[in-house]
This record gives sequence, structure tokens and C-alpha cells, in this order.
Amino acid sequence: MTIAPPPSGPVPWNSEFALGMVHDMLRIRRMEERAAELYGEQKIRGFLHLYIGEEAVAVGALHALAPEDNIVATYREHGHALVRGMPMRTIMAEMYGKRAGCSRGRGGSMHLFDAKLRLYGGNAIVAAGLPLAVGLALADKLQGIRRVTACFFGEGAMAEGAFHESMNLAALWRVPALFCCENNLYAMGTALARSESQTDLCVKAGSYGVPTLKVDGQDIVAVHQAAMQAQQHVREGKGPFFVEFQTYRYRAHSMFDPELYRDKKEVEEWKTRGPLHTFTARLKAERKLTEQQFLALDAEVAKEVEDAVAFAEAAEWEPVEDLTKDVTAA
Amino acid sequence: MKTTYREAMRAALREALASDPRVFLMGEDVGRYGGTYAVSKGLLEEFGPERIRDTPLSELAFVGAGIGAALGGMRPIVEVMTVNFSLLALDQIVNTAALYRHMSGGQFSVPVVIRMATGAGRQIAAQHSHSLENWYASVPGIKVLAPATVEDARGMLSAALADPDPVVIFEHAQLYNVEGELPEPWTTDIRSAMVRRPGRSVSLITYGGSLPKTLQAAEMLAKEGIDAEVIDLRVLRPLDDATVMTSVAKCRRAVLIDETWKTGSLAAEVMARIVEQAFYELDAPLARVCSEEVPMPYARHMEEAALPQPQKIVAAAKGLFA
Repeated sequence: MTIAPPPSGPVPWNSEFALGMVHDMLRIRRMEERAAELYGEQKIRGFLHLYIGEEAVAVGALHALAPEDNIVATYREHGHALVRGMPMRTIMAEMYGKRAGCSRGRGGSMHLFDAKLRLYGGNAIVAAGLPLAVGLALADKLQGIRRVTACFFGEGAMAEGAFHESMNLAALWRVPALFCCENNLYAMGTALARSESQTDLCVKAGSYGVPTLKVDGQDIVAVHQAAMQAQQHVREGKGPFFVEFQTYRYRAHSMFDPELYRDKKEVEEWKTRGPLHTFTARLKAERKLTEQQFLALDAEVAKEVEDAVAFAEAAEWEPVEDLTKDVTAA
Repeated sequence: MKTTYREAMRAALREALASDPRVFLMGEDVGRYGGTYAVSKGLLEEFGPERIRDTPLSELAFVGAGIGAALGGMRPIVEVMTVNFSLLALDQIVNTAALYRHMSGGQFSVPVVIRMATGAGRQIAAQHSHSLENWYASVPGIKVLAPATVEDARGMLSAALADPDPVVIFEHAQLYNVEGELPEPWTTDIRSAMVRRPGRSVSLITYGGSLPKTLQAAEMLAKEGIDAEVIDLRVLRPLDDATVMTSVAKCRRAVLIDETWKTGSLAAEVMARIVEQAFYELDAPLARVCSEEVPMPYARHMEEAALPQPQKIVAAAKGLFA
């Protein structure tokens, strides 16, 4: 994939909305930078999949959705949970494995859930969220509820049978599902061209008769516009929609990944397209954001992050006596 | 009232669909075809294509969609043609349905019911005949039922639908035509094993499609002066240890009969529990009759030889008195 030129053109948002988008991207960025440090300190264990570099996708797409919509996400979902409204404290506590975490320490980084926010995971089996999303959307259709189920997944999921079966079912039954493919070019360490005979993902999805859009996932304005268009189609009962967000993961796949599969130059090149700094540069050029405002936002986020860490540190462990709780209802 | 297992199951489906608008049935050929085993015959005409929903051959996706629909407030009944095909959907059942409650810290329930045919005996060879319910019964987070009588075929479905957790129901394909007396009123629970034939000299512990064979073996043993008690496990997860141990303590000898392969069979699990909980009650080693460790052959005499049979059960039971 050739790297598109940096996003340009006027930002069609007022300062308040635009600042909100910057704020959310910053919150993800800083929370995850801190999480990586905490991983080094062995406060956070297991797998930790960072979203750094991809923030514009979750922020832009989720701001196009309604609070009553359903969200199905993957194991790289810290950002989705945060933007959806999960307190940073709750996310951090879950990463620590503490009782105050959203899943009471049963899930960890990969399994953030929130029933009230209609966040259905945090699913760490690649492509397993897609059939689930079809079912959630089917339930809404059968109950006459006008709601969108947005399902996030990586391009790696599109090699799975579950993707194809789900697209077919979704299109066949015309369920209100919005498929959001976060194409970061690598399925763990396997580049798209090394795993797919057809590298145009919209062609794959489109073969099921589902309308598609391909969008620069590093441009939050483009992401939001595409997501608005897609969610409207779905919400109007016209059936499923597929959006490919072309993005890039700046960090390793997980904290165990030595990154032998990609060129450092490629990573550096993509970093010039960082969603956060390109967007803030645009806003500054349009006089919708001052450096002072940005620094104030960043300081506010830094406080939120430190508060979340302090909360997670102080939180209690789930008592071991509750080990077998919540396996079944009874 | 006399009825067949198939009719009892259909009556249960009809009742569930009529009494709860959240209930719908989906699976391969459940609608127009009338169900692979004709269980859902006539329901499409009665309830329409939204609620008797034919699916493509996509076990992974439609089982997953059933799980999603359950999360979304419906009470789906998903029919998978046979347990053999359910392996295509194993990921959704084991990695999603069974885990969501715990992995979410108790926030989500998955009240889906997944029905499937299991078992051999119809000469349909290796890819359509296996019994793998022991695999499912080893997974925390799901309930596993094996109705073996018309009463359970009639009653277990509504109890499964009322359960907030995923329930997998195994219907042995050899049972569909079996006729039985449906008591009025019939009763249901999905907790306990049941004594199907009281006795005092040996416990024959079984479930599902092996129940009729075991009852037959018990009659054969009676003619030889051995008074066998037959236990129908009914619920394969969680197992009802108490009923098993009570029987073993009384009879002091036990044979486990189960159509899954012997290695790692459900029988092996029950035997382990007996050893753990009732070892000193035993007067003889435990015995089991399972499927031979071969892929199910096609030829009738070979298939019969591979499966538990009344004669094998009788021989195993008599061996405990040698």
C-alpha cells in the first residue's frame, strides 16, 4: 500500500467538537503509553495490544454512533472502551487484574466488557466477534429496535471463515450491522499481501452485495464522515455496511513482539501520518486550536492517567474464594 | 398419552414458540425441509420464516449469531444437524458462549439453546455417527442435557430456555422414533439424574441413546438373577453425583455405559468420581461399556460391533460377580 499524503482541507467541525476529538485521541494515546510503561514494571501482565497510531479510527467511528448502539470489539480495544465511556480508572484496574476493573479482573486487557455501555467485548478470537454481531443485529431486527451493531475487527480477520460466513448471513438477512475493518496491514506479523489473494478488502466484502467504503484511517475527519454515512445506511434499515479504515499500528503487535517482519523505515514513514499530530496541525492552521489549548488538554489527560493508575494501584484484588463465581448463573 | 420422542420434541418447540415471542428456531433445513429429522415439521407454516429460520451451511456463523441474538435479548434455539457438524461451530460454543459470563465479570448471560443430533446406529458411517457430548460436558460455563425419554424430550427444552446460561441438548438420532408414555402431567428438571429401573445388585449408569439398550440389558440380567438398577444421568453437566453415589452405595457394583469413545469418555469421568467419592462402598472394580476406539464403520455388523450393545452390558455386569 502506498502511503496517502497527509490529510488536508478544511476541518468541517466547530472548535468544541474538534477539541473533543483531539481530547479522546490524546486520552487513548497517553493511557496506552502509560500502560506500556506499567507493563515494563510488571504491573500489567499477559498480553497488551496497543492501539497507538490507530486512534483516529475508534474516535472517529464511535463518535458517529449513538449511545444505544451495540459495540463488538477485539483484543485491541482499550481505545474503543474509553471512547465509548468506560472510565479510565475502570480500564486501568482491569489491566491490573483488580476487582474494580470492568470484568473484576477476570478479563484483563483483551476482555473489556460493559453491559451498560453495550460493549460486548473484548473478543480475542480473531473474527469471532462477527457472528456475534450478526446475532445482536438480528435480535434488534426481530424486536423492531432501530439500532446499529458496530463490529470492529482487523484485516487479519478477513482470512477467517467466520468473516465470510458472517458477511453472507448479514447480507442475506439484511441485519443492521456495521462492519468496521481496521486494516493496519499486519495480521500479527503477516503482511496483507502475504496472506490474502485479494488485497482489496472492499472487493472481498463487496462480493456479498454489501456496500463498502475505503477510507484513510489516519484522517479523523474522513473516518467520521465515512462512519456517519455508513451508520445512516444501516440505521435506515438498508442492511449491513462495510468500511475499511486504512491505518497503521506504531507499536509492536503485543509486548512480546520483536517486530522482525517490518522495516523500521516503513514505521517511521507511517508515523509522519500520525492521526493526532496531523489533525492538531490542521486545527492550528485553521486557528481552531492554539498550542496553549493543546498543552492544557494534554496536562488534563496526564492527570486523568495518573489518577487511573493510582486508582488501579490502590484497588483490591478479587478474593480467591470467588474464583468459581460467575461461571454459570446458579 | 402415547407419543414418540420426535413428536414430544416438536410439541416442546411449539409450546416454546407459542408462549414466548423471544423464542425462534434456526438451523439448516429447519423450515421448508421440515427438519433433517423432521422434528420441526409443520412449524414453518405455523410460525413463519422469521421464527423458523432456515440458515445457510454456516455452522460457525449461525451458532455465533444465535449466541449474539441471545445476548441481544432473544431466546434462540439453534439446531445443528449433528454433533459432527457442530465442530465447525465449536469455537463459538466453547470460546464465546461458555466464557462470556465469566470473562465479563458476570455482566453478560448467554441464554441460547443449541440442539443437535448425536450417535450412531443408522449405517451413516464415520462423519455422521460419533458421540462427542463428553467434549462439551468438560467445558465450564455451559449445561449439557441428554433427554432419553419422551418425557424429557417434552420437558427439557422449556427448562433449558428458562436457564440463563447456554444449554446444549443432545438428541440421540436412534431415539426419534421411539414411542413412550408421556405422563400427565409430565414434569421437568435439568438438575438430577434419575433411577429408571430400581434394583439392588449392580448400578448400570448411562444416558441418552444407550438408555434403551441398558434397560434391555437389565431385563436380561434379571432372568439370570441379577437385579440391576438403571441410572439415567440426563444432565451431563453439571453431573448429579448424589444420585450416582446413592445407587453405587446400595448396589456396591457399577457399570458405566456410554456411546462416546472409551478414552476420555463421560463414563471415565463418572468412574473417577465414584472412585473419589464412593471407593470404599465398592465390592468389585468398576466396568464400562463404551464405543470401540475406531471411526464408526459403515457395514452393519461392523457398526454393531463398535457400539455398546445389551449383550456387552450383560457380560460386563456379570464380570463383576465372577
